[in-house]
Amino acid sequence: MKPAAFTYVRADSAEEALAALASNGDDAKLLAGGQSLIPMMNLRLAQPEVLVDIGRARDLEGIVRDGGLRIGATTRQAALLASADTLAHAPLIAHAMRYVSHPAIRSRGTVGGTLAHADPAAELPAVMVALDATMTVRGPAGTRKVPASDFFVTHLTTAMEEGEMLSEVHVPPPVAGDVRDVFLEVARRHGDYALVAVATRLVLDPSGNVAHARIVVSGVGDVPVRATEAEQRLVGERLDDEVIAVEAGRLAAAPLSPPADVHASSRYRQDVTAVLVRRALVAAGKEQS
Amino acid sequence: MSSAAYDAGPEPVRITVNVNGETRTATVEPRLLLSDFLRHELALTGTHVGCEHGVCGACSIRIDGEIARSCTTFAVQADGCEVRTVEALAQDGHLHPIQEAFRANHGLQCGFCTPGFLMTTEALLAENPDPTDEEIREYLSGNICRCTGYVGIVAAVKDAAKRLQGGTA
Repeated sequence: MKPAAFTYVRADSAEEALAALASNGDDAKLLAGGQSLIPMMNLRLAQPEVLVDIGRARDLEGIVRDGGLRIGATTRQAALLASADTLAHAPLIAHAMRYVSHPAIRSRGTVGGTLAHADPAAELPAVMVALDATMTVRGPAGTRKVPASDFFVTHLTTAMEEGEMLSEVHVPPPVAGDVRDVFLEVARRHGDYALVAVATRLVLDPSGNVAHARIVVSGVGDVPVRATEAEQRLVGERLDDEVIAVEAGRLAAAPLSPPADVHASSRYRQDVTAVLVRRALVAAGKEQS
Repeated sequence: MSSAAYDAGPEPVRITVNVNGETRTATVEPRLLLSDFLRHELALTGTHVGCEHGVCGACSIRIDGEIARSCTTFAVQADGCEVRTVEALAQDGHLHPIQEAFRANHGLQCGFCTPGFLMTTEALLAENPDPTDEEIREYLSGNICRCTGYVGIVAAVKDAAKRLQGGTA
């Protein structure tokens, strides 16, 4: 199908985009890479009257090191995958990016686009929660910072209000220690949305005990789900004990009531969660320090 | 949208796109997909349209060298860009080495998905001139073929890599 007619506004900076959003109210939507929005428009699931194209807003694009990483909203997913800074400063992102769709989508699709789209089966939202990232949201009332864990409100819905836009995501440096990042996913086809994906960041202290644990699961709820009980169970433990990994997997899966669809039942997604968490922890334990 | 606004229609946009080395200027409706711009406005019907929502990969083209879906890109987004389509592959009546490799290795049957596979293969081999089977399968995972079962396609890409390296060595 073809998209419904709309008025096209090109914004070459964040300022221009905010002005265009302000003058068009809720009739307007931002267009970045368009890799989620245009399919929805082709299927007429979305019919915005005005599209504000921020695909060329240079001030919204780029990756800057500042101890952690500051990633501009219109940074292409392919650029994030290719950046040496990603692997050096936030390996979890680099591991996860390989699962984010296909090269032809990543070349156009943006980091901010997938975060603002907030599909609960997408990879980057879970990764940003696991990394304790902070979203920079700009709007008519100024700029505010929103922790990733508060940013995702429900299916396809974020904490952003009308007239606001995501301008940047900040990934803080990891807490001190031996960082073990693992991302695992089960999907029907490589590059498809996850049936279940698990993003884990573990930081070990000098004696090899877990000092910090984040386990976040995609595809099992309305938002990325943090497995806090499993995280708490791991702190102080060593990762070379598979019994702990099995138990953490069980703790991560038990509270879930995942969605069911033609691809997988709710129970299947729950079981896969337990398996992926276990595998992620075993993999983290084996990583060379 | 009020009927008056609908009747007036949204403002068309003037774009200039370099397509296969030729500068093309047109005035387009904002909602015109790049795939339809290529096929209907420029009569470049080698780019095929399958699912029209970014799943099947038949409409894959290159924008500024990068592989992209023309059905999930508006023509207005390609303003000022270089677009390369399957029509650019064969030169002077001679198939491109990638096309030769697909023909020699049964990399196609009905041919509907082939333009997308050819362009994706060209982008892959530009990035990675000697990919493994696994790298080929991963890179091509966004292109669907309902005829071949992919074995011939993977063989064709490996053969194409050899042909291209042989040609430039």
